[in-house]
Amino acid sequence: MPEIDTLLSVENLSTHFFTQQGVVRAVQDVSFSVKKSRTFAVVGESGCGKSITALSIMRLVPEPQGKIVAGKINFSGRNLLDLSEKRMRAIRGNRIAMIFQEPMTSLNPVFTVGYQIEEAIRLHQHKSKSDARDLAIQALQHVRISDPKRRIKEYPHQMSGGMRQRVMIAMAISCEPELLIADEPTTALDVTIQAQILDLLDQLQKQSQMSVLLITHNLGIVAERAQDVAVMYASRIAELSDCKSLFDNPLHPYTQGLLKSLPRLGFTGKRLYTIPGIVPEPLRFPAGCKFHPRCPIGCNDKRCQTVEPQLRQISDGLPRRSEAETGRAVACWFAPGYERPDDPK
Amino acid sequence: MNTDANTNGFLLKVDDLKTYFPVRKGLMRRTVGYLKAVDGVSLAVKPATSFGLVGESGCGKTTAARSILRLIPVTSGKIIFDNIDILAANSARMRDIRASITLVFQDPFGSLNPRMTVANIVGEPLKIHKKITGSELAEQVRLILSKVGLSADAINRYPHEFSGGQRQRIGIARALILKPKLVICDEPVSALDVSIQSQILNLLKDLQQEFSLTYLFIAHDLAVVQFTCDIVAVMYMGKIVEQAPVNELYNNPLHPYTVALMAAIPKISVSPQTSTHRLKGEIPSIFNPPPGCPFNPRCQFAGENCFSQNPPLVPVAGNNEHLIACWHIKK
Repeated sequence: MPEIDTLLSVENLSTHFFTQQGVVRAVQDVSFSVKKSRTFAVVGESGCGKSITALSIMRLVPEPQGKIVAGKINFSGRNLLDLSEKRMRAIRGNRIAMIFQEPMTSLNPVFTVGYQIEEAIRLHQHKSKSDARDLAIQALQHVRISDPKRRIKEYPHQMSGGMRQRVMIAMAISCEPELLIADEPTTALDVTIQAQILDLLDQLQKQSQMSVLLITHNLGIVAERAQDVAVMYASRIAELSDCKSLFDNPLHPYTQGLLKSLPRLGFTGKRLYTIPGIVPEPLRFPAGCKFHPRCPIGCNDKRCQTVEPQLRQISDGLPRRSEAETGRAVACWFAPGYERPDDPK
Repeated sequence: MNTDANTNGFLLKVDDLKTYFPVRKGLMRRTVGYLKAVDGVSLAVKPATSFGLVGESGCGKTTAARSILRLIPVTSGKIIFDNIDILAANSARMRDIRASITLVFQDPFGSLNPRMTVANIVGEPLKIHKKITGSELAEQVRLILSKVGLSADAINRYPHEFSGGQRQRIGIARALILKPKLVICDEPVSALDVSIQSQILNLLKDLQQEFSLTYLFIAHDLAVVQFTCDIVAVMYMGKIVEQAPVNELYNNPLHPYTVALMAAIPKISVSPQTSTHRLKGEIPSIFNPPPGCPFNPRCQFAGENCFSQNPPLVPVAGNNEHLIACWHIKK
């Protein structure tokens, strides 16, 4: 079976924040890999560590409080965590680019959008000013902004939210990155504009073969746009799967609960399923499996209360539908196929 | 009591509501035009039902709700609530009305005063409107907190000690303590996490049954509205473009904008789907709306009429409850 090339692999990444109240374990032992020209989604609720995972890959974790304490981030044969800041800068924005949730605050209000796109191009590609301008106009054309020659002279406040997000994307793709990290790229936008932006990302991906690491809280976007997915809960990956298997047959009780609790178009029931309780605070994580206080299966189980399950590859018993399919992994003592040592005495 | 207003069994009736904001320019701040935030909205809400207003940001749904409470000056129209003409009410009468129409806000962080305890936040409406104090006040606060699923030890704590979902429960308790007839929920769950959203939506439904509440529910998420509401109106640029009972609207959406809005929602299924109803372009500037139907620049069916005249909101053939404002759809 020919394996699809891996572009980025994250191995046992842990990122902690050292605060006055204690150590916040924002990302704990996270491993996944992003394949070439595919979309990998990291989905989870606020505070689950998905954005910090993205920032860790970019090595943009705010220091000195935040620190990557363990793990490897392999990107095209190199561990990004071993690179000097100078060499990292040559990769950041060039080979790995990032777009953010709020296009208003991530663009500089006092420079024209043209200047901001050109800046990235001149920094990474050593082009002359006029060449950079041409490339910037091209980039705006790529993201389907009409009349780019005029738009390039505008300031961010003269544009709508969808337009600004297009500018952000133009900036990100201007250096033809191999990996685009999109951190909640459409959360601030209206649904009709959201659909346009996601369509645009799809088209760009097809044209350029780049990989996309999509960070989102919206399971609908994951279902429509991603091929592989990691579900995060309380700093850890709860479940790792290809997209189809996840939605057909979720294995982790948290994933199952999330999927059941969503109000969907066409739902006519009287009540929604709810996951009881709230997401635990990072400084007060429960012992054992962090989901056990809210879990319908494990809330009274001794093992779930005391021993945290690790993310393990399992076979869900179904034949693999294609060679592109990733194996599934889950962190739950009760998942089918999850190996359990003897019950604790 | 002013009983000239006949509302035919509706708790709230809004007729041709217009809320315009003047646009001023130049040294003299002369009014050069109007921003028509709400432009001729009519709706009627029956008691103990939920009426949903859906639309994208800037469509005027929040302005419409605030106009009903007269939190912003209304340009013209008629609002009858519980047989009282709201726009004709004097300030004392308005005070009473605001005790029977309450608001639940979107942002559970911004809508609670961080320097007040939960007891003060939830109890303040009672102090102001009913002049209740002391142990009776405390008793009522405790009662309503238990109704929204907060424990009694929440009383002396401050908002920052609670999670988003719990804060939204505090906001709901504050809205309900006066036993209002109408609760306006302005995007009550859009700031909450997925696993908390369903808790709050169920809570709002339970409370509606228990207290026979009437909701005016404002949201941008069609799935949320479908779960909560009986009748849904879709707004676009200050106007209602389609209105129908919830199942009718979702099974048989007619207005091209409603169809596109539904197609734009990411579906939770991985079956391949081609979306043919992708909208082109963005919402036009509300300062300078296009002539004719406001949706015409983005509409794939736009024909002659659409560029010259604004379509009225009229029932579709064979269904008096399904209203639509579109020249293209045969009535």
